[in-house]
Amino acid sequence: MAADTTAPALPLAEPVPGAPNRPPAALQARAWLARRAEVVAIPVGAVVAGFGLFSLFLLVLGKSPVDFVNLVWRGGFGSPFALQNSLQRAAPLLFAALCVALPARLGLVVIGGEGAIVLGGVAAAAAAQPLQGWPATLAVPLMALAAAGAGALWIGAVGALRAYRGVNETIASLLMSYIAIALSNHLIEGVLRDPGSLNKPSTWPIGEAFAVGPLPGLDVHWGLGVGAIVCLAAYLLTERTTTGFAARIAGGNVRAAQIQGLPVGRLVVGFTALGGACAALAGFFEVAAVHGNANASLNAGFGYTGILVAFLARHNPLGIMPVAFLLGGIEASSGLIQRRMQLPDATVLVLEGLLFLVVLLSETLYGRFKIFSPHLWAEKRETSNGAAAAA
Amino acid sequence: MNDDLGLWTVLLAVIGGAIRVSTPFLFVSLGETITERSGRINLGLEGTLVFGAMSAYATAVVTDSPWAGVAVAGLAGGGFGLLHGFICRFPRVNDVAIGIALMLFGSGLAFFLGKPFIQPSAPPLPAIPLGFWSDTPQVQAALRVNVLFLVGAALAVFLWWAFRNTKAGLIVRVVGDSADAARAMGYDVDRVRLLATAVGGVLAGIGGAYLSLYYPGSWNEGISSGQGLMAVALVIFARWNPLACFGAALLFGGAGALGPALQSVGISQGYYLFYAAPYVLTLALLIATSSPDRALAGAPGELSLK
Amino acid sequence: MAAHSLSRRHLLVGTSAVALGSLPFARARAASPLTVGFIYVGPKDDYGYNQAHAQGAAALKAIPGVQVVEEENVRETTDVQKTMESMINLDGASLIFPTSFGYFDPHMLIECKKNPKVQFRHCGGLWTEANPKNAGSYFGYIAQGQYLNGIVAAHASKSKKLGFVAAKPIPQVLNNVNGFLLGARSVDPSITVQVIFTGEWSLAVKEAEATNALIDGGADVITCHVDSPKVVVETAARRGAFVCGYHADQSALAKGKYLTGAEWNWASIYKNFVADMQAGKAPPNFVRGGLPDGFVKMSAYGPAVSDAARANADAVKAEMMKGGFAIIKGPLKDNKGNEIAGSGKAFAENAIELEKTNYLVEGVKGSA
Repeated sequence: MAADTTAPALPLAEPVPGAPNRPPAALQARAWLARRAEVVAIPVGAVVAGFGLFSLFLLVLGKSPVDFVNLVWRGGFGSPFALQNSLQRAAPLLFAALCVALPARLGLVVIGGEGAIVLGGVAAAAAAQPLQGWPATLAVPLMALAAAGAGALWIGAVGALRAYRGVNETIASLLMSYIAIALSNHLIEGVLRDPGSLNKPSTWPIGEAFAVGPLPGLDVHWGLGVGAIVCLAAYLLTERTTTGFAARIAGGNVRAAQIQGLPVGRLVVGFTALGGACAALAGFFEVAAVHGNANASLNAGFGYTGILVAFLARHNPLGIMPVAFLLGGIEASSGLIQRRMQLPDATVLVLEGLLFLVVLLSETLYGRFKIFSPHLWAEKRETSNGAAAAA
Repeated sequence: MNDDLGLWTVLLAVIGGAIRVSTPFLFVSLGETITERSGRINLGLEGTLVFGAMSAYATAVVTDSPWAGVAVAGLAGGGFGLLHGFICRFPRVNDVAIGIALMLFGSGLAFFLGKPFIQPSAPPLPAIPLGFWSDTPQVQAALRVNVLFLVGAALAVFLWWAFRNTKAGLIVRVVGDSADAARAMGYDVDRVRLLATAVGGVLAGIGGAYLSLYYPGSWNEGISSGQGLMAVALVIFARWNPLACFGAALLFGGAGALGPALQSVGISQGYYLFYAAPYVLTLALLIATSSPDRALAGAPGELSLK
Repeated sequence: MAAHSLSRRHLLVGTSAVALGSLPFARARAASPLTVGFIYVGPKDDYGYNQAHAQGAAALKAIPGVQVVEEENVRETTDVQKTMESMINLDGASLIFPTSFGYFDPHMLIECKKNPKVQFRHCGGLWTEANPKNAGSYFGYIAQGQYLNGIVAAHASKSKKLGFVAAKPIPQVLNNVNGFLLGARSVDPSITVQVIFTGEWSLAVKEAEATNALIDGGADVITCHVDSPKVVVETAARRGAFVCGYHADQSALAKGKYLTGAEWNWASIYKNFVADMQAGKAPPNFVRGGLPDGFVKMSAYGPAVSDAARANADAVKAEMMKGGFAIIKGPLKDNKGNEIAGSGKAFAENAIELEKTNYLVEGVKGSA
């Protein structure tokens, strides 16, 4: 059941073994820095290596890697417009990734976030109808709550099936996702349909009053801000609370957790429900900040991209943010690459695939570089004088 | 009204649908069964399936031979399997995550290289008219069986037998149940897993060839709609038993034919819900056959995903 | 030829082109080329909806002083807004065609407000005076093509049952199904059309299953309204059924089984829009047209089409070319028994009511 044994940042938590005396403060600080530098340096190095491999691919095709990198920079990062484009695309991924990362703390692999997103959007749009005329400050949070509730129920049910019935959560969440999308389509084109939505069946509009606007000074909707806050909260929950600690123990070894009297069943249901609620918030923002109603475009694949984001971030809620941003940036540059280099839209898929392969492969490098492993320094310093070369 | 064959039509359609649609599910799930029996999970078979579909179609267009397409798809699939198996042998590399990355990479590469082949027509794989005895065209159509379907069925029986009765089958199972025990017996765990993943990839690639060269028999970017992912899930449902994989694939294919068939006899309200039938049915069966106590009989002990 | 007939439509529709005559880009036109952006929801070589638009775009590339930029597989969410902005800000596009229906509201309307100097023309949307003046919509009365498909299909059918694979029960699709049936019934009033909805615009396996289900149900001529008809056409032809095409010419996919098809001819619209832009005026905001306007055309008849069928279809086509041809005319009921049009009542192709069709006419099996 330990689906992802590397998820908790274990390599970092390694104590300094056999240190006879207290090392001087400067060395301590350097050690602290080194351990943290590893989590940054290895993924960054991997991304660079991934770009290198992709450059070879481009060269084989007779295209210029320099042009390509230039366009990725221009399209995804190099200007305020490009940055906002990337951030906008990152926003739904933050929520979608949490739907994978939170259950992963318990060793669960949940891949059905897409369904929770769609269902959350439909729930938010449906909730907006009886709330018409209410003040937005009250109604909008209630819509978000309706969405989160629907998502929590949906993915929480997957957790409950796992905990109390032994049903595999990966297959159950995938099945539930397909069912959620079918159900949402049925509702959008059935009882919830606005008869005025002619050629694009949609629910009744939520109305201008309930529309969620952009972040102040930015052309990016509030989903980004809330997503970042939710990621932070998820980090605190998983890393700084006893509940998070209990979840990690249960994820490592169910039997040990049960022996210690941890409520494994409740933890499983709780974390899956939280994940579902997060994914559903992506749907809420798509409805409240983008479409103004729920329609088939909610099913845009954010849930599947979210799986990638979560795995790349090693299920660390703080790591989700830079990964989502990087991904958003690559996708934002896709159009420019199509138009300027006459490369197909699938180009960025190839790039993403390569990047992820290399980044995941780089997991194997943790703890292998002396420069990042303070407990190896002592031996080293005895021989040479700390010339920090990578092992 | 012409309802002489109302229910009969639906039943025939479900049987026909089961035969037509099930083959890719069957090949992918058999391939994944081999891989998972060896203790690894390859979630990337969706990408292998799509790449198999593209490479088979492209080869068939270029060489005018659908069987050359099947061969190339199998080879390409094997290549992806080897890549997965190779990467996963490194310590601390997560096989589930690599699978997801390969899913993206395989589909992306297939879409990228497949652009010039969306337009041309490829020669399809031949079918055997097993319904020749009937005068009813519907029966004849339902029983037009592709060779790959029969190969898949035979393969399911063979694998079921081989896992129990051959040395290779035993080695794969030992490696999958306990790497330590396998090492103690002198087997190279990584190599067994590498080969098992490669064979799984070959089968998934062939499943893709069926998609593009027989049914629906076309190459485009929406050809798979998640069938590879679903087939991997069906393996868990089938409890790593090749014969059960065959049953699960048939059930899933047949249930998928229910929606269109019901509309064709006039039951057209709520068609989205009918289209969800395969998923609802699978989930219901999964819940009914699961139990919190005897958690997943038949699961390979080394598998990270149970 | 097409351009002349379009100008008639210009006058009919009565646009605000004159009011917007003095636009700022008129001055810059001679110096810099006109950049036109096309956005597609799927691959642009899908033998269907997107290909039809891409062919229209390709026709513009030959015009001097015009630069075409294209992007395919763009999702109907903020992605398309950013694509439009990127085309405007980075490529200097001043005329944008977001071609998928889902791009219109809210995405294109938002960008219209953000970029008042850029012209946006949308395929299929229903532009009204309340929308921004730099927005607009165009579409073709392709149900006329499906009516002609129906005539040819009726002559070819032996079982008197026709099949229609449709994506979703929306007005544009329902008009096509109704047109197909009424065309067929104009030949033989006993003909029925079975429709199967797949629920998605592009879903290969389901489209193949739907085609098989229709043929199992006895249908011997199949047509469709999905984004890419390739799978439907090939599956039907392999099963031995005749096929009527849609969106683009699919005759190469079905060889002798292809009867005819209803195709878009966007090139004529796009060329007119570009000519307007180059002349320094805004293209019309609301453009609709059918066969007589050159917006819709028919595939060449296949070898299986009888002389009687050709004569019949050609005669009706000639009638349509005069304009004002009413497919929906009373007395007519829907397939639930409700009256759509009383005796003597008729909806010409440009009747605004047809943009809101929510019924299937009597003789169609299936529910809207």
